[in-house]
Amino acid sequence: MSSVQIRDVRKSFGNFEVLHGVSIPIEDGQFVVLVGPSGCGKSTLLRMLAGLENITSGTISIGDRVVNNVQPKERDIAMVFQNYALYPHMTVGENMGFSMKLRGESTEEINKRVKRAAEILALSPLLERYPRQLSGGQRQRVAMGRAIVRDPQVFLFDEPLSNLDAKLRVAMRTEIKELHQRLKTTTVYVTHDQIEAMTMADKIVVMHDGIVEQMGTPLELYDKPENQFVAGFIGSPSMNFLKGHVRVNGVATFEGPNGVKLPLRNAPAASDGRPVVYGVRPEHFTIADDGADAEIVVVEPTGSETQVFAKLGGEQVVAVFRERHQFNPGDKVKLKPDPSVIHLFDEATGKRV
Amino acid sequence: MAVMAESTVAQAKRSSLWTRAFESRHFLGAMFMVPAIAILILFLAYPLALGFWLGMTDTKIGGAGRYIGFQNFVSLAKDSVFWLSVFNTIFYTVAASAVKFAIGLYLALLLNERLPMKSMIRAIVLLPFVVPTVLSAIAFWWIYDSQFSIISWVLIKAGLITRYIDFLGDPWNARWSVVAANIWRGVPFVAITLLAGLQTISPSLYEAANLDGATNLQRFRHITLPMLSPIIAVVMTFSVLMTFTDFQLIYTITRGGPINSTHLMATLSFQRAITGGNLGEGAAISNAMIPFLVAAILLSFFGLQRSRWQQGGRD
Repeated sequence: MSSVQIRDVRKSFGNFEVLHGVSIPIEDGQFVVLVGPSGCGKSTLLRMLAGLENITSGTISIGDRVVNNVQPKERDIAMVFQNYALYPHMTVGENMGFSMKLRGESTEEINKRVKRAAEILALSPLLERYPRQLSGGQRQRVAMGRAIVRDPQVFLFDEPLSNLDAKLRVAMRTEIKELHQRLKTTTVYVTHDQIEAMTMADKIVVMHDGIVEQMGTPLELYDKPENQFVAGFIGSPSMNFLKGHVRVNGVATFEGPNGVKLPLRNAPAASDGRPVVYGVRPEHFTIADDGADAEIVVVEPTGSETQVFAKLGGEQVVAVFRERHQFNPGDKVKLKPDPSVIHLFDEATGKRV
Repeated sequence: MAVMAESTVAQAKRSSLWTRAFESRHFLGAMFMVPAIAILILFLAYPLALGFWLGMTDTKIGGAGRYIGFQNFVSLAKDSVFWLSVFNTIFYTVAASAVKFAIGLYLALLLNERLPMKSMIRAIVLLPFVVPTVLSAIAFWWIYDSQFSIISWVLIKAGLITRYIDFLGDPWNARWSVVAANIWRGVPFVAITLLAGLQTISPSLYEAANLDGATNLQRFRHITLPMLSPIIAVVMTFSVLMTFTDFQLIYTITRGGPINSTHLMATLSFQRAITGGNLGEGAAISNAMIPFLVAAILLSFFGLQRSRWQQGGRD
């Protein structure tokens, strides 16, 4: 186990820079998730960490050692690929023991370690099978087993769950998290799925267009997104954004599209008339008599909660209720955001106000 | 009236039988197979059967033969030229196939790397395969010429030898010369097919092996070779069959000479049957190739049986 330091790392393909100076400190034993939309550079960064891509500038260190010019096989890392990259001509056991075999370890030691890893992952009955004879979830576990057997300093996961169906993905998510709690190996995990990031991470790094937008614990990111991108990316359904102005007229209010008035807890100083984006999460709407007028468009019950799409000042917003209101499309309701948990962003820069 | 009614009924019955036949899967299936079966019988089964039959007769050009049983084979068994051609064929096939495989695999691995002007190099590699065989054979004939050989000329100019090499006049020189020509012609097929096989190997397997600590040689040994083995089996079977039955190159370059030292079974068969007029004997020589070819096909059949890792499951 060891810490990982990524300092001002840049990556260019030809003249095209895809990472613009990324710095991420990762503590020993931490589970860090790099999350962002596709093309944000998260997979490239992971591959640089693995040594599969060159580092254009900046440094990456594992433990105390700068690994910029260290061969992948000498970095003491294990990686789980999106397509698992299992060797099709080797059995599950051989796949897991391959790295040890290359290092010339004794068959006895290999068998011992493979057996132990197989027990952890419930793969023991499958050791003689070939990858073709396994289901997607089993292959995924073999890929993790291959990583565990190595007992590396750092685990790298490159979107490992994206080839699985929804139900299996949820199960494997828990399994990976449990595995990390058990082995406590430093882990860097790349995904585009913010729910995976929220549920698994000790620390989330939100990336966008080759830069780090924000890093922090899942709840920090959820409660205090630093900018509009993070606010919109984290949380599902995503946060509602309404453009408008701050009005300080005795009480601070937000004046949205078509004169919709929404409450503010306290206005930022000297901000009367300041153009802002008002952000409110779907779950922070309530039905209240002093709420803003809205008209219901679509109602989507999921059982545990109900998602309601409504027109608020001409803009479509989504609200989530755990109570079972009887809504019908066309109903007029009064929606009120909880002013203590709303977010204000500068309209021009998108930064949190 | 009654007669008319009867005939109408019969007509209706007949037409309905005809229609029903065309609605039957079995009848239609058989009909669809007729063209394929006809072609196979006409161009494959009939010549093969005729060849077998001719081998059992003493047919000569211009005269009907009569059945003589295995007499042709008995006389061939005592014929030293026939046995020389068997040796030549095996030598030619083994030597050429081994070198074609080695060079072909090397080229395929090379072309699978990131190279500048890759597509152009690929096109050049394919060139020997595109040139008509007889044309390239004539070129080789000229290259091996005892007076105008460019190889001899270059070596003399370089001061490495003092006399022109007699490529096609000495038995072993001639054997190696035709083997070289066959290799030149056969390498592209092996190289391009193996390259296609290499490109089906997922790059992430190499990345995984790299992280697992494999050196270049270990990656080749543990990833490339096992993943390529099914393709290798197919390519080498084809290559062996094509080399074993080769005719054009030999016939154009040496005609089997000098003193029969490059005669393959195919060229000897042609010489005895067409040039010499002994159709029966020539056919017997051709028939004698069949056990060798069947052996090669069986070998590859068992080699080609999908390994256990390729079976089962979907991917």
